[in-house]
Amino acid sequence: MSLFDDNVNRRLILKTGLAGAAIATAPFHFVRGAGAADYRNMPKGKSVIFGFNVPQTGAYADEGADELRAYKLAVQHINGEGDGGMLNTFTSKELKGNGVNGKKVEFVTGDTQTKSDAARASAKRMIEKDGAIMITGGSSSGVAIAVQGLCQEAGVIFMAGLTHSNDTTGKDKKANGFRHFFNTEMSGAALAPVLKNAFGTDRTAYHLTADYTWGWSQEGSIKKYTEALGWKTAAAVRTPLGAGDFSQYITPVLNSGADVLVLNHYGKDMVNSLTQAVQFGLRDKQVNGKDFAIVVPLYSRLMAQGAGKNVQGIFGSTNWHWSLQDEGSKAFVKSFGQAYGFPPSQAAHTCYVQALLYADACQRAGSFAPCDVAKALEGFKFDGMGNGATEYRAEDHQCFKDVLVVKGKENPDSKFDVLEVVEVTPRSQVEYKPDLLGGQLGSCNNGA
Amino acid sequence: MSQNLEKIKSPLDMEPLTIEIHEVEAASRSNTARNDLILMAVFSAVVLASPWVLAPFGAAYPDLLQRFCIFGIFAIGFNIMFGLTGYLSFGHAAFLGIGSYAAVWSFKLLTMNAIPALFFGVVCAGLFSALIGYVCLRRAGIYFSILTLAFAQMSYNLAYSVLTPITNGETGLQLTLGDARMVDAAFGVERTSSLPITNLFGIKMSGYEGFYLCAIILIISFYISIRIFRSPFGMMLRGIKTNQNRMSYTGINTRPYLLAAFVVSGMYAGLAGSLMAVTDPLAGAERMQWTASGEVVLMTILGGAGTLLGPVLGAGVIKYFENIFSSFNKGILHSAFEFLPDGVADFMVTITHPFVGEGWHLTLGVLFMFIVIFLPGGLMEGAQRIGNLFTGGGKSNADSRSGQTQPAE
Repeated sequence: MSLFDDNVNRRLILKTGLAGAAIATAPFHFVRGAGAADYRNMPKGKSVIFGFNVPQTGAYADEGADELRAYKLAVQHINGEGDGGMLNTFTSKELKGNGVNGKKVEFVTGDTQTKSDAARASAKRMIEKDGAIMITGGSSSGVAIAVQGLCQEAGVIFMAGLTHSNDTTGKDKKANGFRHFFNTEMSGAALAPVLKNAFGTDRTAYHLTADYTWGWSQEGSIKKYTEALGWKTAAAVRTPLGAGDFSQYITPVLNSGADVLVLNHYGKDMVNSLTQAVQFGLRDKQVNGKDFAIVVPLYSRLMAQGAGKNVQGIFGSTNWHWSLQDEGSKAFVKSFGQAYGFPPSQAAHTCYVQALLYADACQRAGSFAPCDVAKALEGFKFDGMGNGATEYRAEDHQCFKDVLVVKGKENPDSKFDVLEVVEVTPRSQVEYKPDLLGGQLGSCNNGA
Repeated sequence: MSQNLEKIKSPLDMEPLTIEIHEVEAASRSNTARNDLILMAVFSAVVLASPWVLAPFGAAYPDLLQRFCIFGIFAIGFNIMFGLTGYLSFGHAAFLGIGSYAAVWSFKLLTMNAIPALFFGVVCAGLFSALIGYVCLRRAGIYFSILTLAFAQMSYNLAYSVLTPITNGETGLQLTLGDARMVDAAFGVERTSSLPITNLFGIKMSGYEGFYLCAIILIISFYISIRIFRSPFGMMLRGIKTNQNRMSYTGINTRPYLLAAFVVSGMYAGLAGSLMAVTDPLAGAERMQWTASGEVVLMTILGGAGTLLGPVLGAGVIKYFENIFSSFNKGILHSAFEFLPDGVADFMVTITHPFVGEGWHLTLGVLFMFIVIFLPGGLMEGAQRIGNLFTGGGKSNADSRSGQTQPAE
């Protein structure tokens, strides 16, 4: 039954193969032709395309939806529509509301599904098919790190959205990637003094940790700073991302001798684990003669809203909160509220700011070439974006600014007013040396 | 599984093949060979020309073209197991993942050249599938499916958390500047301050170059699959699908055949996985999740299980939906319906909107339902029916009786 068994057919196959090879080499001419630009996706027409890559499905879908709203608002403001938002309070006055470098900003969107593969596929689509000059977004640090790596290879700028892991600008930092959001190291440094005042120095902590880069990073940082206070760590248990039911992880906490539960969870995970911990009566318990306490190191308004009454009195840190009274925050909350009818989350804030910072850097550089834009961002100092004086550190492309320590409000006035700011930890207290977290930036890539 | 000795059709609907070899005459054999050659030539031409062929559909960009080829290979391999033997493996994504991890480790430890990565990807997946196949093939039917599913989920969970030092957990295995790359170092490849790019003897493996590597490997894979379909080995596998008991009664030990088919299809999956790593050097655990295993089952059934071209078509359709349909938003719909009067256009947008963008799964589900109900042989059966319309009734009548394509089991 063997096929192609006479010589005539064999020859035919050879011929077919050669013809195939000839066809195969043809398009290489086109590829070279495409390389004539100075950099990847150089905008040629009257517009420039931004790529917004956010989770629209999965555990972080709420954050993703809010991020997308913020991006759309940012594009309107850059193009001179709406009331201008933070452009009015931003210390750099380069953006005039007529787009960037005279080009109107357009955007394409993609769904990361909170999965690295899907996120890279949609980022690639935006870069290769839609011609996006910059990719921004990403809830979940795993996704942000994966997309940042892709942007480095492809030669476009990546403006990280909501990603809190140290690794994004530490171990896995890239020359083409920039992050405005804070990280777990800063959270730990800011939270420790507050925890010491509230709970003393003789405590035993039990960690429940989301099992991926961000969870590990946060667990490490909180351990590091609480153990420096004199706290002990009873155990650190890893839970799968998007587990839904945490009861099997919460039951052992009671018998472990720990008197503080640290929830290294975010998004829907945190809503579920906190609600279940409270339902199990952990907060009414007395252990070692002390009231049992719960800490959620990374807070967001969306999560606090989801967990409802359970967050009252629980400490955590956050990048930004809509109730801040500086001019930048007020301007942003006002235009976001007018557009969508509710206040923005910290995810929305960091994404909005990132989009404006990128546009501003392009304007200052007078170009969209990634290396020029990166140079304009490195060491850039600004204010009026809701976090006070801020600097994009050149060594690791991480923004340094004050960190907010917050607490679940005991008597909320409205369903959005769920967090109160306990302390604003100054930048000097959360700053660390660039080589602390390891990694290498490498050199920037223009992609052509 | 239906147990009667049914005739199974060859993909181009030419000559029905039966397991009684004496029925196949020499004349029809050479006829089949000629038709396969035509099939090969047309297939190769279409694949190599796909950057132009697919341009009107908005699918002609390197990443998606690479995906078409890679998942085409994955589905071809899956079809060798499922299409020929009828054993439904629900854990093929595990081999895909293992291929990816092996390839990325080859980039990290040895060299950025694609050849060793492909080699290790295929070999590791082959070894692993031999191991899993040896255990799982002790059972048939639903038990086999559940066993493979269990093994795949086990691999997924291992990769996700337990084996984090090897797989880097949820973040996925990535290249770093500090990787050893021993072979590259030995040949004095200069270390740069940016990440190295995967290459094939100097040709970079992203963009269209990467696509052409995938395309050529797809064509070779397709050719091997034709040879397997037409070989006595393939006949044995079809025999197992038709009636495994009868095969045993005639004194044939079927398990080695099944294991061989399982390993071959596992190696195909490993090849696909390592190609994914070659075109984009990252390996993530979600590649091994059960949804990924389910996807290749959908691809094969959608295109037509047991046919040669079907799985490639199915892979293309599903990847097209995932990447293009999911990116349609209201703006695109509005411009698509611009030619209609305002009210009607808005109405059309409202109706179609739930089916595109985030709703692409819905469209795919509906399409899948219709295909399973009306075209149990998949897209290939549809193509065949249309073909029969044109070639006239007399022949097709005889054909449709003998050539009932087997529904997915």
